[in-house]
Parts: sequence; C-alpha cells; structure tokens
Amino acid sequence: MNPIHRAVTLVCVSTALGAAGAFAQQSTTEQEIEKYRAAVGEDNPAELWEARGEALWKEKRGPKQASLEQCDIGLGPGVVKGAYTVLPKYFADTGKVQDLESRLVTCMVTLQGISEADAKKDHFGNGPKKSAMEALVSYVASESRGMKMNVSLGRPEEREAYEIGKKMFFYRAGPHDFACATCHSHDNMRIRLQDLPNLTNPRDAQRAYTTWPGYRVSQGEVRTMQHRLNDCYRQQRFPEPGYASDAVTALTMYLAYTANGGVYNAPSVKR
Amino acid sequence: MKIGFSAIAWGSAAAVALAVAGCAAMTGSGDTGQAAVALMKKDFKSHGQATVDRLDQDELQRLCTEYSGDRKLPEDQAKRLEQAQAALIKYPVDGHYMGDWKAGEKIAQTGVGKQWSDDPKKPGGGNCYACHQLTKAELSYGTIGPSLYHFGRTRGFGPDMQKYVYGKVYNSQAFASCSSMPRFGYHGILTEQQIKDVVALLVDPHSPVNQ
Repeated sequence: MNPIHRAVTLVCVSTALGAAGAFAQQSTTEQEIEKYRAAVGEDNPAELWEARGEALWKEKRGPKQASLEQCDIGLGPGVVKGAYTVLPKYFADTGKVQDLESRLVTCMVTLQGISEADAKKDHFGNGPKKSAMEALVSYVASESRGMKMNVSLGRPEEREAYEIGKKMFFYRAGPHDFACATCHSHDNMRIRLQDLPNLTNPRDAQRAYTTWPGYRVSQGEVRTMQHRLNDCYRQQRFPEPGYASDAVTALTMYLAYTANGGVYNAPSVKR
Repeated sequence: MKIGFSAIAWGSAAAVALAVAGCAAMTGSGDTGQAAVALMKKDFKSHGQATVDRLDQDELQRLCTEYSGDRKLPEDQAKRLEQAQAALIKYPVDGHYMGDWKAGEKIAQTGVGKQWSDDPKKPGGGNCYACHQLTKAELSYGTIGPSLYHFGRTRGFGPDMQKYVYGKVYNSQAFASCSSMPRFGYHGILTEQQIKDVVALLVDPHSPVNQ
C-alpha cells in the first residue's frame, strides 16, 4: 500500500473509531487498540516515519554535508541492526551513558556539524511541523524488531545511571505528591480505563518498553520514550525534564534494564 | 575512580553528590538519592506554573520516598507523620462541610490543574475518577484507590462523616501516611468550596454515589 492510500485508510479508520467511541466505555482501551490494529491490518502508520527516518539517516545534511551512516549508536559505527536493544549504554567518546535520542544528537553535532540546539529543535513533532528525531528513532528502532532487549550494566557508569534512574522512579514531589511509582509500581491497576504497567515488574516492563516508540492514534504522531516520559512528568505535575538529558537517560536505563529479555516489537500502534 | 555520565557537564554539586554516590555504591550503602536529586535539579526546567522548586521535597515527601518500594514506613513514624499532617488541616470556619454534589461530580470528572500545560487562573479538578469508582453511571474509572460507590450508604451521612471526608480530601496523609492520594486542600489543588462539593458527592443521600 502506498503512503497516500494508507493515509486515506487511516482517516477512515479514525472516523470509524470516533463513532465507536460511545461504546468505548464498555471495553478496555487495549481492546479498542486491538480493533484498530485489526482494521489497519499489517499497515502501521509508523512505517511512514520509519521510511522518512531511513532517508534522513542516509541523507547528507548539515554544514559538513555528511550522513549519519557512520554514527555509532551502540554496536559500532554504522550498525543499526539490533542497536536499540543495547541502549542506553556508555559511550567512551562522550564519557556519558546515552539513550538513542541523546546519541543521535551527538552524531548530528560531530558528524554533520549541526549545533546541539538545532539538533534538538522540534524534537516532538506537531502536525505540519515534523520531527526529524521521531523519524530517525522510528527507523533505528524498527531495525531491532524481533530481537531481545539486552541492556548491560557492565560498566560502573551504567550501574550508576540505573541506580539513579531507580531513585528518580520512586521520588515523590510536587503539588500532587506523585512519583512514577504512584501509578507504575502495582500489578493490575487502571487509571480510568487505561491499564497501568507495573514497571518494577519485568513482565510488565518488557511489555511496555518493547512497544515504544508508538504511533499514537490520539495524537497522529509517532512518539518516542523521551516523549512518553516527558508527558508522564507533565501529569506528575513536575517541572519539565530536559530533552535527551542525563536525567531522562538515567530513568530510561532503569526501565530498559528491567525490560531485559523482552522481545522488541516497535514502532507499535497505541492509543 | 572514574565516575558516571559526564561529571564535567554536571555542575559541581552534582559531581560531588555523584562522587559520593559512586564510592558509596561500591561499599553497598549508598547515597544515590542525593545524586538523583542533583541530576534532576540540573536537568529539569521550569515550564509555566510547574517551576523547579517543585523538586524540593517536604518532610512527608522525603519520608515517603525513603520508605517506598519494598521498604515500609515504621509504625511509630507513620503515626507521628499522620499527627503532623492532621494539624495542617484547615476546616471551614462556618462549620459546614457539605456543598453541591452536582458541582462535586464535575470536579471528580476533571483532571486539569497544576500541570505546565494548564492555565493557573482556571479552576482545577480533583480527577477522582482516575483512581476511584464513584457512581454506577460512570464506567470509566480507575482502580488505584478503593471503590467509593455507595460511600454514604455504607459509611453514614452524618456530620461526623462529612467532617471526616472533608479532612481526608484536604489532607489524606493525616489518615494514611504515604497514601497515593494527593493532599487536595493542603496543596491548594481544590478550594474550600470545591472540597465541600466533593464531600456532598460522597455523603449527600441524593448524590448518584449513593443511588
């Protein structure tokens, strides 16, 4: 199916879903998403992001007119296959533990000569304002489909990021006294009709982590883990975590390591 | 030893905290907690009304963070915490706890307020349905808190119950330390009138909660 044909299908499906909204209360969100998946069949709208991301990966961009094809995102320069399953990890050239998005910023700066500010610009797409980062992440992540999450804490820096991320997960603050753990440390709980994964439990963590990034039907955009955590902190009533910051990487490390062993299956389709 | 992430990029406070954490981690005791706070203070930015000072914990938040996950708050500390929080409750001076259950239902349905995306001038909500079942009609309810359907019918409609519910919504930590429920009055999430409306939603015999 070509992209335009697929987009038309999506509009029709969205409309149908809207009409079905009256009945939504009687089934869980997960069932609604299953219906959506069935309706779009094998076609996941995220494929549009993946294709755009692959083109961006190979395109000569920035003052240095270089592609990202020599970028080391975890398994050596230029290796995309399986890279998402080992992230976050420590990189010797920056001396930092980095997730995919932070690492892509590094490569845009070093290989392409793009400024860090420009590399981070429009990191969350919004309608006509498309995000290069969401497309790149979709492409790279898609190349790990079917592979097991295999994040290492072999280095002290990685162990430290994990421990700090775990502390952040349980950190209660703000006008609502919320922590990540308030909603995500118990089995079988719902917020409204939405099932809440217990992210301290490997089974739930695997199911949650391995399905990001996801094409969000409610937003019409592919959203990455950076976006998911940003939106959690918004609802937690915290100040805003910096995009691709060390703090977000640390929390991601806690979540990713807990999800180890899970079979990666994204970009997915989500609510 | 070489410490994690990039200490240079972190600012000195974070670097010191991290160095301490790094060494402590090797001995197995650890104050990664301080390193986590330092990192959040470096990387989180004020956005709208959600300012960075929200990262500063009060005594209750600090204790409930320390005793979370597998660690339970010791009973004597829990009691002391509840007493201290009870002293912070401001009951209505007019002695009336009941508002309008219809307004209470709207407050229970609304989840806005205090987020960086919210207008601070607009009234906030209690978002009760996010965690609690309340009425038979509303099927979209969460299960983080207990069901409150038939609350008044089960627990009573009298002034004592009204006062109890007012206090519980105002500051849940006065009754169950380290509860997940926000302190709606103490933190100014809801106004006195809004809390009265929520009390009516739960305790008014005519409220759909009690049908």
